[in-house]
Amino acid sequence: MLELRNITKRFGNVLANDRVNIVVRPGSIHAIVGENGAGKSTAMRIAYGFYRADSGEILVDGKPQPIHTPHDAIALGIGMVHQHFMLVDTMTVAENIVLGAEPGTLISLDIRGAGKRIRSLSEEFHLAIDPGAVIENLSVGQQQRVELLKALYRQARVLILDEPTAVLTPQEVDEFFQILRRMREQGKTVIIITHKLDEVLAISDEVTVMRDGRVLGHRKTAETTAAELARLMVGREVLLRVQKKPAVPGRVILSVRRLSMKGRLNGISFVIRAGEILGIAGVEGNGQTELIEALAGLVGESELSGSIDFDGREISRLSARQRKELGIAHVPEDRQRRGLLLDASVAENSILGVHYREPAVTGRSGIMLDDASIRARAQRVIEGFDVRPANSELPARALSGGNQQKLIIGREFELPPKLLLVSQPTRGVDIGAIEFIHRKLVALRDSGCAVLLVSAELEEVTAIADRLMVIYAGRIVGEVDPTLATNEEIGLMMAGGSRTSDED
Amino acid sequence: MSRIQGYAKNAYPLANFLAPLRGARYTAQLMKLIRELTFPLIAILAAFLVGGILVALIGDDPIQTYALLIGSALSWPDGIGYTLFYATPLIFTGLAVAMGFRCGLLNIGAEGQLTVAAFATAWAGISFANSSAWMLIPLTCLVAIASGALWATIPGVLKARFGSHEVINTIMMNFIAVGVASALTQTYFKQQGDPILETLPIGDGAHIPRIGQIIPGIPARIPLNMAFVVAVLACALMYVFLWRTKWGYEIRATGANPNAAEYGGISVKKQIVLAMAVSGGLAGMVAINEVLGYRYRYYQGFSPQYGFTGIAVALLGRNHPAGVLVAALFFGALTRGGLFVDIFTEKVSKDLVLILQALVILFVAAEAVFRRRMGKTESQV
Repeated sequence: MLELRNITKRFGNVLANDRVNIVVRPGSIHAIVGENGAGKSTAMRIAYGFYRADSGEILVDGKPQPIHTPHDAIALGIGMVHQHFMLVDTMTVAENIVLGAEPGTLISLDIRGAGKRIRSLSEEFHLAIDPGAVIENLSVGQQQRVELLKALYRQARVLILDEPTAVLTPQEVDEFFQILRRMREQGKTVIIITHKLDEVLAISDEVTVMRDGRVLGHRKTAETTAAELARLMVGREVLLRVQKKPAVPGRVILSVRRLSMKGRLNGISFVIRAGEILGIAGVEGNGQTELIEALAGLVGESELSGSIDFDGREISRLSARQRKELGIAHVPEDRQRRGLLLDASVAENSILGVHYREPAVTGRSGIMLDDASIRARAQRVIEGFDVRPANSELPARALSGGNQQKLIIGREFELPPKLLLVSQPTRGVDIGAIEFIHRKLVALRDSGCAVLLVSAELEEVTAIADRLMVIYAGRIVGEVDPTLATNEEIGLMMAGGSRTSDED
Repeated sequence: MSRIQGYAKNAYPLANFLAPLRGARYTAQLMKLIRELTFPLIAILAAFLVGGILVALIGDDPIQTYALLIGSALSWPDGIGYTLFYATPLIFTGLAVAMGFRCGLLNIGAEGQLTVAAFATAWAGISFANSSAWMLIPLTCLVAIASGALWATIPGVLKARFGSHEVINTIMMNFIAVGVASALTQTYFKQQGDPILETLPIGDGAHIPRIGQIIPGIPARIPLNMAFVVAVLACALMYVFLWRTKWGYEIRATGANPNAAEYGGISVKKQIVLAMAVSGGLAGMVAINEVLGYRYRYYQGFSPQYGFTGIAVALLGRNHPAGVLVAALFFGALTRGGLFVDIFTEKVSKDLVLILQALVILFVAAEAVFRRRMGKTESQV
């Protein structure tokens, strides 16, 4: 169906694709896996005409085809859904879909006819999208299906999906995979770029592994394992499950009583002891964000009720800065929005939150930044957390997602913390870094720190946490032993027991 | 990551060449400097190119016109003296706008701030006219800074407290500033029978010396005065403030990402008020040049829109004090040269300078588009 033959692409001195060969059979779901920067998106963008290869050729249906622009690709039946949707929020589904390929004659736009076709496509693939709906009123999952419709409307036979599940909740992922299977049944070919191995195993027929711009192997999905794929991706043995000793909980570090926030949090109470990791599982948007921000001091005092005791002291009136001074570190869920100054250097980012005091500021004046000690601190973070490239002068923007996350975690570890609030620590982070971050979190626990871990990845909380609470609609609906509870059990609690579907 | 490596190894051979000598840290900085300088220089060249075509179309010789423009701006001592003099207020307003930008604020109100400051400075210079220079010069300078800062603090507080947009409020405050200064001048400070809307002269003790009075060889008729030295010092101070102090860090963090600043325990509201105050204070320093160093009074319309040209200066100078200094000197030279072009060419008027300024800004602004193009091929490996 689609074949990349000896594709090579350089960006400057970086070899993004080095003689890449990929054969995608018609009517299959083909996964391309690799760490961030492995060259998988580049290869697919070349296939879609977004970049031009320096050498090599692309074959469609066995014939070499010059694909120089996305228009060429679309004409050959290749469609691509990008990680970031390209939709106009204020326009309807139908208007978005015909954008750039408007039907009708020059002056009369046949939007109704288009709507009819979109509706029938939507029914054919069970997408449940109303062509008249306005984009901004749709959920992320629905918007993604609009992107799929866009490709289908342009008669794509091959659909390239770049990290399609990154924006979806676990439920939406299941639904999305159903749609992909239906497409396969209808004879479409699907290429899915991802770095999540469980998804590869769940959905694909074949898998191509890439690392450092090269293809390292093709496998039939049925004949491979997560461990083998991980080894190919990372280039060494990877522990997919963290080794840890049983927790040795000490005194109570944090005690939260009846914490409420209007419409968001509803009477949350719990304690965390030194030397343990308390996990909070739940579908995103059930109050996790608010809980963590409330504990970190980032929610207005007037919006909250209840008490927060930290190390024997009531802190609910303290500012974020005062809480940090007491030893409460925070790894925010959205690292780029909350956690980093993207255009500032790694060194400057390494002092965010402690920039006003020793050791960032020294000397009698108490106002001048101490360059040497800031660089030393940045260097400790870089070395201790394997931030690459190891250059404290680079802007944080230049780091990959995983390295940005390691920078933030390293910075917060430097505090040093008595309590670490950590949210989605491994979102968008590649496997090698996930393993590293998990080990660091467990090591922090072993050193006597209390850790509150929020994650949408059930795998993650069950693997790391010593105790596990489930949050639903701003309420703690239960606590389980993560070593004993099954995923089904926890999943049911995450869905609020039986009250799932009639909520909205 | 790979994009940076691409830069390091390819696009900047000079930086790469120096790498082993200076270490990675200096290479990164040098690379940054080269990257920062490239686009403004291209923009200026492109503007002169297009401007030259316009001159040819009008019917003058572009090369002669440019020779005249540059020659008259760089002649010794008058050309250079006047170029520096014209640059002085633009350094202050450029710094003012850049300070706002660094905190994510667009201070369009520098014009109003410098108007209020000029009036207040004249007021102080008149009211305490009998004091000695040792008293009066510091006092009037302080009034210039404080009144500008105060005027800018109002929209700052409005933004911090109520979230009302600083662009709207600073523009409104410009009108109020001119109105209030004119009314007060008319009612209380005008000389009897003076047909021009201007105040009485300030006391002699408030005059700051001209450079010509200090450095021999520069004729005292050139109005270049100590305010220029103050302006250069202000550039250095602003650099130290923004990049070397914790306060500057907080302002820059707020400008770079207010969400992250808040997360880092920084009060975004406080930073907005602080940045506006400093910005207004810098704009107010224009009064040192105009009132204390040149006209020795306030008169309505003394500023040919220094506050708005300051936006262009900040943009061309990339919101960096050193860049602002260079950009202001460039604009000052254009102003000086423009006068000669106006007089000594047959057809081209001094509006050529405005066109050149506009073109430079246009091309600098086009950089974003340019970078996106480059980004499309270089990013996202």
